[in-house]
Amino acid sequence: MEEGEVRWDGLCSRDASTRDAALENIRQAVLRRIAQNSPVKEDPPPESSEGHLASATALERLNEMLARLLMLSKRCPFRDVREKSASILSNVQELGIRIPRPLGHGPSRFIPEKEILQVGNEDAQMHTLFADSFATLGRLDNITLVMVFHPQYLGSFLKTQHYLLQMDGPLPLHYRHYIGIMAAARHQCSYLVNLHVNDFLHVGGDPKWLNGLENAPHKLQNLGELNKILAHRPWLITKEHIEQLLKTEEHSWSLAELIHAVVLLTHYHSLASFTFGCGISPEIHCEGGHTFKLPSVSNYCICDITNGNHGVDETHVSPAGSISTTESFCEVEALMEKMKKLQECRDEEEASQEEMATRFEREKRESMSVCCSEDEESAPTRDVSRHFEDTSYGYKDFSRHGMHVPTFRVQDYSWEDHGYSLVNRLYPDVGQLIDEKFHIAYDLTYNTMAMHKDVDTSMLRRAIWNYIHCMFGIRYDDYDYGEINQLLDRSFKVYIKTVVCTPEKTTKRMYDSFWRQFKHSEKVHVNLLLVEARMQAELLYALRAITHYMT
Amino acid sequence: MEKMARVTTALGGNTITGRTMFCHLDAPANAISVCRDAAQVVVAGRNIFKIYSIDEDQFVEKLNLRVGRKPSLNFSCADVVWHQMDENLLATAATNGVVVTWNLGKPSRNKQDQLFTEHKRTVNKVCFHPTEVYMLLSGSQDGYMKCFDLRKKDSVSTFSGQSESVRDVQFSIRDYFTFAATFENGNVQLWDIRRPDRYERMFTAHNGPVFCCDWHLEDRGWLATGGRDKMVKVWDMNTNRAKEIYCVQTIASVARVKWRPECKHHIATCSMMVDHNIYVWDVRRPFIPSAMFEEHKDVTTGIVWRHLHDPYFLLSGSKDSTLYQHIFKDASQPIDRANPEGLCYSLFGDLAFAAKESLISSDSNRKPYIGDRRHPIFFKRKLDPTEQFEYISSSSALSVFETDLESGSMDWFVRTAKQYVLAGRPLAELCDHNAKVAKELDRDQVAQTWTMLRIIYSSPGTVPSANLNHSLGKGSTSLPLMNSFNLKDIPPGIGNESRLERSKGESRSENILMDSSSTLINNDENEETEGSDVPADYLLGDVEGDEDELYMMDHENPHAEEQEYILPQEAFPLRHEIVDNPSALDHLQDKADSPHVSGNEAETVSLTPVESFSLISISHSLYENRLPPDFFSPIVRDMLLFYAEQGDVQMAVSVLIVLGDRIKKEIDEQTQEHWYTSYIDLLQRFQLWNISNEVIKLSTCRAINCLNQASTTLHINCSNCKRPMSNKGWICDRCRQCASMCAVCHHVVKGLFVWCQGCSHGGHLQHIMKWLETSSHCPAGCGHLCEYT
Repeated sequence: MEEGEVRWDGLCSRDASTRDAALENIRQAVLRRIAQNSPVKEDPPPESSEGHLASATALERLNEMLARLLMLSKRCPFRDVREKSASILSNVQELGIRIPRPLGHGPSRFIPEKEILQVGNEDAQMHTLFADSFATLGRLDNITLVMVFHPQYLGSFLKTQHYLLQMDGPLPLHYRHYIGIMAAARHQCSYLVNLHVNDFLHVGGDPKWLNGLENAPHKLQNLGELNKILAHRPWLITKEHIEQLLKTEEHSWSLAELIHAVVLLTHYHSLASFTFGCGISPEIHCEGGHTFKLPSVSNYCICDITNGNHGVDETHVSPAGSISTTESFCEVEALMEKMKKLQECRDEEEASQEEMATRFEREKRESMSVCCSEDEESAPTRDVSRHFEDTSYGYKDFSRHGMHVPTFRVQDYSWEDHGYSLVNRLYPDVGQLIDEKFHIAYDLTYNTMAMHKDVDTSMLRRAIWNYIHCMFGIRYDDYDYGEINQLLDRSFKVYIKTVVCTPEKTTKRMYDSFWRQFKHSEKVHVNLLLVEARMQAELLYALRAITHYMT
Repeated sequence: MEKMARVTTALGGNTITGRTMFCHLDAPANAISVCRDAAQVVVAGRNIFKIYSIDEDQFVEKLNLRVGRKPSLNFSCADVVWHQMDENLLATAATNGVVVTWNLGKPSRNKQDQLFTEHKRTVNKVCFHPTEVYMLLSGSQDGYMKCFDLRKKDSVSTFSGQSESVRDVQFSIRDYFTFAATFENGNVQLWDIRRPDRYERMFTAHNGPVFCCDWHLEDRGWLATGGRDKMVKVWDMNTNRAKEIYCVQTIASVARVKWRPECKHHIATCSMMVDHNIYVWDVRRPFIPSAMFEEHKDVTTGIVWRHLHDPYFLLSGSKDSTLYQHIFKDASQPIDRANPEGLCYSLFGDLAFAAKESLISSDSNRKPYIGDRRHPIFFKRKLDPTEQFEYISSSSALSVFETDLESGSMDWFVRTAKQYVLAGRPLAELCDHNAKVAKELDRDQVAQTWTMLRIIYSSPGTVPSANLNHSLGKGSTSLPLMNSFNLKDIPPGIGNESRLERSKGESRSENILMDSSSTLINNDENEETEGSDVPADYLLGDVEGDEDELYMMDHENPHAEEQEYILPQEAFPLRHEIVDNPSALDHLQDKADSPHVSGNEAETVSLTPVESFSLISISHSLYENRLPPDFFSPIVRDMLLFYAEQGDVQMAVSVLIVLGDRIKKEIDEQTQEHWYTSYIDLLQRFQLWNISNEVIKLSTCRAINCLNQASTTLHINCSNCKRPMSNKGWICDRCRQCASMCAVCHHVVKGLFVWCQGCSHGGHLQHIMKWLETSSHCPAGCGHLCEYT
C-alpha cells in the first residue's frame, strides 16, 4: 500500500464502528496530504518546473479526495458518514484550503432537486436498497437516486446489475466493465463511461485499453461490430454475425460468453437511454460533477448551458413552461377520455385485417418520420469518442432508406417462451433476473395519472411498450396499432423516439414538453418502460440470431 | 426409409398401418391435430393451414384451408384442434385473438364457419369438449378463458383467471364439467364449466410459465403439466390437494405433453427451445427417456398420438416445415446406449457400485477381500403386466464397500511427521533417529532405508585415486546385481539394497568368505519367495492397507533375517557366475516392469569382463575402499522417486531435507518443488502447522522457501492513541511516544508482550517472568499486586 493512500472500502461496511474507523483514517490521510502540500503553498514555489509539477499532482490528488468526501457527505446512505465527511470538509476549509462544491442541481438536470428524494429521508425499504447499492458499489449513483421513485423496480434493477457485473459469469470482471464502456460509448454517454472507467481500473483493467478499442484484445474488438448494430439497427443482426464471433479461432467467443456480452451490451445501451432520458447529471466526485470555483463565479453550470436552459430559477419555477395550467389540465383529461373511449368502442368498431396490418405499417413508417427537429450537434464530451469507431453509423430509419426488413412477429419468437429459455440455459439465473425486471417494469402501476387516482393505465403502458417495439419493427398480432395514434401525441412520440434511438440528442425542452401536467415520477416511469422495452427489443433480435445459429 | 419397420395394428375394425415417414410443408407448423378415425391430420401455422391424409406410405395433401387472396391474420394459427366427435368440425386459435371454427362439410371453398373476436390478445389454445359437440373452450394471453356454444354467436361464459396469461386449457376426460387451465405465472386452475365466477381449485405447479397440460387418457384423474422450468410433473387430482406424484426433468422447457395411449405411465414431450427431439418417458423412470425420436431439425411444435387406442404411432409437426409420422419400432432407445454401471465414492471413503445383476452374480463367487464388507442390495423392478412395449429389464445390484477405518488411517503419517528430526544434528544421527522412528511404527522398509542412507553418506569415504579404476570395476560388478534385484521385486527391493549395503559395512569385520556357498541356497530360496509372492501381496496390501503381512517373515524370524543381513557380498557374484545365461536374464527382465530395464541390461551385460576377477580380490577391494557417496546418487535418486511414486512423499521430502546438498542436484527442481508442495499440503491438511513451517524453512527450493514470506503484514496500533502506527520505527507519529514499552527494561517490546490484566502494565515475557519471581508488585511501580501464572 502506497504511503498515504486512502482506503475507502471500509465505508461500505454495515458496521458503524468499522465505518467510523475508516473515516478517521481518511481524515488523517487528508490532513497529512494537506500538511505535505502546505509548505509549497505558503512559500513561493521554487521556479523549477519539476517541483511545480509535483506539487500540482499532489494538489490534484488532494482535490480528488476532497471531491470524494463531498460525494460522501451528500450521497452516503449512512448518516454518520455524511455528517463526518461534511465535518472533515469544513475542517479543511478552516485550514484555508478551497473545498469543492457540487455542480448542477441534484442527480438530474431535468428534475428539480427538491422533487427528488434526499438521501436521509428515505423509508426503510429504500434505505435497504441504498445500503445494498452502497455496499456493493461504494457509491450511490445518480441513476439510483432517480430510479428510487420506483423502489420496487430499483430493487430488481440493482440485483440484475450486480449479478451481471460482480457475480459468477463466464466473462472476467474487467471485460464486463469494458463492454459496458463500449456500449455506453456508442451513445456518447459520458456519464456511464466515466463511471465504468473508474470501475474498470478498480478491478485491475489495463489502462491502455481505454485509449481506444484498437488497444483492447482482439476478442473485444470483434465485439465492436455487434455492439454497433445492436445499438442502432438491431434488426440487421443475422446468424452470420454470430457465426463470425463463435467460429473457432484464437479470439473466438464461447456461447455463454456471447450471451453474457449481449446482455451487458443491451443493458448498457438502454441504460444510456435512461441516462439521457432523465438527464442524469455527472457524479459529484467525477469530472464535471463538482467545482472548486467560488459560487459567485458563475450562476450556470456548464451542462445547463450546453442544453439550452439558462438559469436555474426558470426551470425550478415552472416545469410546465409558459403553458397555462388549464390548458395542460385539459391535456390529461383528453387523454383519459380517449382511453375510456377506446376501452368502450373496441368491440363495436371492428377493423378489418388489412386495416390492422396497414395501421402497423403506418405507425412504423410514421415513427421514422418523427424525428427530432433540433439537430444540434453536441460535441462528444471528453474522450468518449475514442471508445468506438465509425461515428457516422447511427440509427437509420429502415423503411425510409428503402431497405425492406421483414417484420418481426413476436408470436414467433417471444421473450417469455424463447428468449428466456435460451438465456437461462447459457447463463443460468440471468434469464430469471431479466424476466423479473421486464415484468416489474411492464406491470408497474400506481393507478394514477397526474392528479387523477384509480385509473387503469395498462392501455397506456401497453401503447408505449408496443410503440417502442414498433420502432424496431417488432409486431404484436393481437394489437391494434391505431391505439398508439390515439394515445400518444406528437411531442411524446418525439421524446420516445429520441430517447430510444438517439438518446444523446435528448434535451430538457423535449423532456418538459411532453405530458406537461404529469409528475416527474411518472416521467421516470415512462423512462423505465423505454429502457426495458428497448432492452427487450435488442435482446430479441440478438437471441433470435443466436437461436438460428444454433439450429 | 425402406428398411424401417412397417407396423400393422388392428383396432376394432380400424386398421392402422404405416411406417416412419414425413412430408415437407411449405411453412413452419405451430400445431397439429388428428381426425377421430386417425386417417387425416391437420397442420396449422402462421402461413399454413392444410389437411393431409395419412396413407400407408405417404402423406397426401387433401385440402388447403387458407383461401382468399389477401393474407389475413385470422389464418395465422397458434393452435388447432379437430373435434373428436364430429369429423367435419375444426377450430383454430389465431395470433390476433380470434377463434375460428371450420366446417369441412361446407360445399364452398371457404370452409370458415364462425368467427369469435372476443379475446383481446393472442389465443394460445382451443379445446373441444370430449363428448359435447357444440362446446368449445379457448384460453388467451389476456388472461381470460371463454366457453363458446357453436350454435350461438357469442361466448356462453367467460372465466377470469385473475392472474396472468392462459397458456393451455384442457377438458377433463372424466368429469363432464371440469377443465384445467395453466398460466404464465406457474399456476394451474381447475374450473367448473357451470361456475364462471370462481375457480374450484388452484395450485402452483411450476416455477415460471406452465406451457401445457394433459389429462390422463384413462380414468385416473391424473394431470400432467410441463413448464418453462424444464419439468414435467404428474399431479394426482383425486385428493383434496393436488399431489405431485411424478416429476421428470428434461433438458429444455417443455412445450407439449401427451399421454401415450394404452400405456399407463408413458408420456410424450417436446420442447420449446434448443432441443428438437421428441421424448417418450416412463414417468416412473424419470432419468432416461424410454424412447426418443430424433428426426426433426428444428423445434417440434406439435405432437399427437395418431389414434386414441394405439400406442405405436406418433405424429409431429415442427418449425423445420416437416410433418412426421414416427413409429415406435424405429425409435431410438437411450437405455440401450446408457452405461449400466455406476461407481461412486462417498464422503467417508465408502464405495458404491451398481451394475447389472447378472454381472454381479457372475463374479460373486470370487473370493472377497478380507477387509471387504460388502452389502449387496438388490433392486428389482417388477415388470408391469399392462406394459405392451417390450421393456428392457432394469434390475441391477448395488454393492457398497465400506472402508475399513483402520486401513484408511493416516496415523503413521502424523506420528512420523512429528517425530522425524530433519536438521540440527549430524547426518548419521538424523538417519539413526529417523530409522528408529520408522522402526517403532513398524515401517521396516523405511527404517532400513534410513540406515542405508546413513551408511552411504556418513562414513568418511575418500577413494584413493590409485584404486579408482579398480574400484570402479568392482562397482560395476556389484551394481548390476543390486539393480537386478531391484528389477525383480520392486517393493522389497529397497530392503534388499539395504541388506546389501549393510553387508558391505558389516562383513568387513566378519570376513566370512567361505560361508557363501552355504548361504547361497538360502538366498536363492529367499529370493524366490520374494520375487514371486511378495510383490503380489504388496499390491493387495495396498488396497487393504495392511503392510504388516508383507514383512511377516521379518517379524517371525528375526534371526534368519540377521543372517541375511550379514550375507556376504560374494554370494551374489558367485551366483551370477553360475546362472549367467541369457535365459536367466530374460527371466529377470520379464518379471520386472521397472522403467530402468534397458539401463540395467547394459550393466548386467557388463558383467562379462568382470567375471575373471577373483572373488577375493573383489571382496577385498570392496571392503577396503569406500565408494564415493556420489556414486550412489543415482540409486538414492531412484529410491526417492520410488517412494514418491508409491505415494509416500513424506519419505521423499524427509530424505531430501536430511541429505540436503548431497542429493539435491540429482533431482530436478520441478520434481523437488512438486514433492515439497505435496508434502506441505498434506501436513497442513493434518493441521501440522509447525512441521509444515519447518519443512518450508528447511527446504532448499527457492519457490518453497518464499512461501513463508508472502503476505505477512503486521499492522500495529499505538497503545496510547489507538491510531495505526506508520511502519517507520516504534514511535507513534501522533502522540510522539514509544508504543508498548517494557516496564522492566524500558525498551520497546517488539515480540511477545505480556501484561497484567489488572493494571495493564507489562513488558517482555522473559523480563516480567523474572521480575515476578522475585517481586509480587508491578514493575511499573503502580502498586498493583501482579501475578504470573
